[in-house]
Amino acid sequence: MKVTVTVNGTEYAREVEPRLLLIHLLRDELGLTGSHWGCDTSNCGACVVWLDETPVKSCTVLAVMADGRRVMTVEGLGTSTSLDPVQQGFAQCHGLQCGFCTPGMMLTARWLLNRNPDPSEADVREVISGQICRCTGYENIVRAVLWAAKNGGIE
Amino acid sequence: MRDHEQDGRETGPYGAIPRKEDARFVRGQGTFVDDISLPGMLHGAILRSPVAHARIVSVDATAALAHPKVEAVLTGTDLAERGLAWMPTLSGDVQAVLATDKVRFQGQEIAFVVARDRYAARDALELIAVEYEPLPPLIDARTALDDDAPLVRDDLGGRTGNRIFDWTAGDKAATDAVFSAADVTVNCDMVYPRSHPAPLETCGIVAAWDAVAGRLMLWSTSQAPHVHRTLYSLITGQPEHKIRIVSPDLGGGFGNKVPVYPGYLCAIAASMVTGRPVKWVEDRSENLMSTTFARDYHMRGEIAATADGRILGLRARVLADHGAFNATAQPAGYPAGFFHIFTGSYDLEAAFCEVTGVYTNKAPGGVAYSCSFRVTEAVYLVERLVDMLARKLGMDPAQLRMRNLLRPEQFPYTCATGWQYDSGDYPRALALAMDIAGYDELRREQAERRARGEYMGIGISFFTEGVGAGPRGHMDILGLAMADGADLRVHPTGKAVLAISVQTQGQGHETTFAQIVAHELGLTPDDVEVVHGDTDRTPFGLGTYGSRSTPVSGAAAVMAARKVRDRARLVAAAMLELSPDDLEWLDGKWRVRGDPERGAGMAEIAMAAHSSLELPAGVEGHLDASAVYNPPNLTFPFGAYICVTDVDPATGEVKVRRFIAVDDCGVRINPMIVEGQVHRGLADGIGMALMQAIVFDESGNCLGGSFMDYLLPTALECPSPELGATVTPSPHHPIGAKGIGESATVGSPPAVVNSVVDALAPFGVTHADMPLTPASVWRAIQGRPVRPDLALS
Repeated sequence: MKVTVTVNGTEYAREVEPRLLLIHLLRDELGLTGSHWGCDTSNCGACVVWLDETPVKSCTVLAVMADGRRVMTVEGLGTSTSLDPVQQGFAQCHGLQCGFCTPGMMLTARWLLNRNPDPSEADVREVISGQICRCTGYENIVRAVLWAAKNGGIE
Repeated sequence: MRDHEQDGRETGPYGAIPRKEDARFVRGQGTFVDDISLPGMLHGAILRSPVAHARIVSVDATAALAHPKVEAVLTGTDLAERGLAWMPTLSGDVQAVLATDKVRFQGQEIAFVVARDRYAARDALELIAVEYEPLPPLIDARTALDDDAPLVRDDLGGRTGNRIFDWTAGDKAATDAVFSAADVTVNCDMVYPRSHPAPLETCGIVAAWDAVAGRLMLWSTSQAPHVHRTLYSLITGQPEHKIRIVSPDLGGGFGNKVPVYPGYLCAIAASMVTGRPVKWVEDRSENLMSTTFARDYHMRGEIAATADGRILGLRARVLADHGAFNATAQPAGYPAGFFHIFTGSYDLEAAFCEVTGVYTNKAPGGVAYSCSFRVTEAVYLVERLVDMLARKLGMDPAQLRMRNLLRPEQFPYTCATGWQYDSGDYPRALALAMDIAGYDELRREQAERRARGEYMGIGISFFTEGVGAGPRGHMDILGLAMADGADLRVHPTGKAVLAISVQTQGQGHETTFAQIVAHELGLTPDDVEVVHGDTDRTPFGLGTYGSRSTPVSGAAAVMAARKVRDRARLVAAAMLELSPDDLEWLDGKWRVRGDPERGAGMAEIAMAAHSSLELPAGVEGHLDASAVYNPPNLTFPFGAYICVTDVDPATGEVKVRRFIAVDDCGVRINPMIVEGQVHRGLADGIGMALMQAIVFDESGNCLGGSFMDYLLPTALECPSPELGATVTPSPHHPIGAKGIGESATVGSPPAVVNSVVDALAPFGVTHADMPLTPASVWRAIQGRPVRPDLALS
């Protein structure tokens, strides 16, 4: 099947198997390896990207479901010279260790801050609770998102 | 968000600087194994056994080979023809790469399909026909030594039972005498259930065989690339200098990426067979069901004390379930790891433990998941027993610990099983934790709540670990002594490259090792590039696990840097036309004694060392240096943890309200990174205590094969931890540092369990096994505790 999808502002057209997962389209076909695959069951959130304006777990979205839509991955979060405040916050607050869950966490965090520029700690914990980090115990991820709220606000 | 300042002692000169590696990770530019893609690369997938124990009658891959996208299928028979059907484990056992005779656990590897894309490789697995002759499975380790138990390892000649080893430590007679004479003894049977490290990135490899050059290039998820290279060389006969392993960015490890797995060897063999690069990346179920698990310790512990609460002795009897192959990774000669540090943090008269390891029809492993080589199990045992003793004596558990903790003047302290604890101030750490917690106020609150029918628990754990394996005289893995090298090159402009043998999985080595070298040489961390995870570019060493990077490799980096500094002194003396004795190292420079304005910094000295400057006889040019560090002893980090929980007796739900952690890991190189390590371990403690367990049914079906079933804590279950620190330098480490990577994983589970059991005290509950799920807690309240490791009807 043909799928046309705009990823981080660039339109791509590919002929794919109907069963191809969005995460594999992004990683294997488009070479955008910043999004990671972690569990197959929508539990870990290493694969979170935005589909239009909403974070989705791209291991359980078919590539063809993204046809005609926009996807944002971590590669589209900042620019090469200017980082999103969320990215800055993760580096400032030691919000990552191995870096594997980080892209998905940051994309969810950006979604939250766009809707709620002044979240509470509980808001942050709630919004990332569908994603797993094995390194940080979440504490510094929460601090990173709160840092971004304080130092960046809405893009 | 309540961190507490360190309490005033030496904090080290390094600083909590942001990490150098984060620039790539926050941009999504890390390079993990599955990010590697090579021209012509094929994809591998493994056919796994659906049953726990069966004889293999036949494996027919004809239909799979006919799949249009399949390039090759390897079976056990194919590997046997190449002498690769079995491989050595890190414990000196052998493990099947692809099964030839029997399958011995659910998920065991049977065949390897290589196809042009990853989906096709999976499709073709369905086309392989395997005929099994079912055998009765051995699932319950407690029946492994029965006369009629199924024999797991009939491949081992002459073996008639499932016993792997019997091992003891301590003085049995002295311990028995202490117990006979004691006023009070308490005993308890407890299970430390099987859990899995579950790094977010699963295991994988890209293998590229270059037949022309005779070189094997591997990108692999390896915490120990040098050990893996030696193993591959021994297994395949390929010489070591023709094997290069790059272990790129790793998405967590926690011990899961220490062993060599069958999938790695299959990918190597497949690349040799097809002449093309082959990638194999396991899925989550494969990771949870087949790669190394942790714990599965069935323990009987006993503690003896005087009536007024002086702890006299400890005794433990352990049955260790190692699964179908003994593939644990710990120093040879320590089949139970460092479990015999179950003497804990107390001044005992005697202790004795005996451990029996057995085979079962479950996935192999046992030593993993930040366990410090079984210190996890040991700390859990002793800290549960101390709490039970406190209950029996009617003493406060904090008071009982304070009374029995080793005192600072007793260090170095040789414990009853022979470990020499290097340094510590235990009462101070416990006092600080109690102060942060507001311990007395918490007890008052608990009493008030109990009066209202609310169940709040306060759990304490005090732990001592021995980490940084280890002294080469008595610690090795497969004959490879546990010393690590460091190579330091200083360029003419005074910028440096440090190559190390250990491998970060998120611990931040690129930052902390740069800080170490920068401090020794008067440079900035930005002046020092750290190279790791590439066997062609780094010196030999045993890798990162058991909290050994800073204690061993960190020390090697210091020693190399000090060699550079010593030579720099000679060069500086030649530059300044003085005697080296006229110079002293002060504020990052070699300065003239009595005239500190005169001197030379490392950049000037480095340029001079590479110049035509005439050097004294015997002084080589340049400033490069190498070192191999052979640790004289382990380092012994310790800590005091307090966990506050609220338990709903109607549902059995446990909420962790507060977690206070005071850690002493000696001198802290980067306190921010140290605290991050502690945060992770506290989450591990909540996970293991409350939800994580790899459970099996009676047929040997693994019931923890996905993240739907194997539950991990999320941001909602983990409270914001309250950290404190004391700093007691290690006397034998060159910068006084100790390991920290596993402290909280080791120390926190008993704090959570002690807290829940404390909450349930009004119901008469004295013990309940992990994981304390709502169902398990509810059953404990009913007086009908469940056995957590088996789904028995």
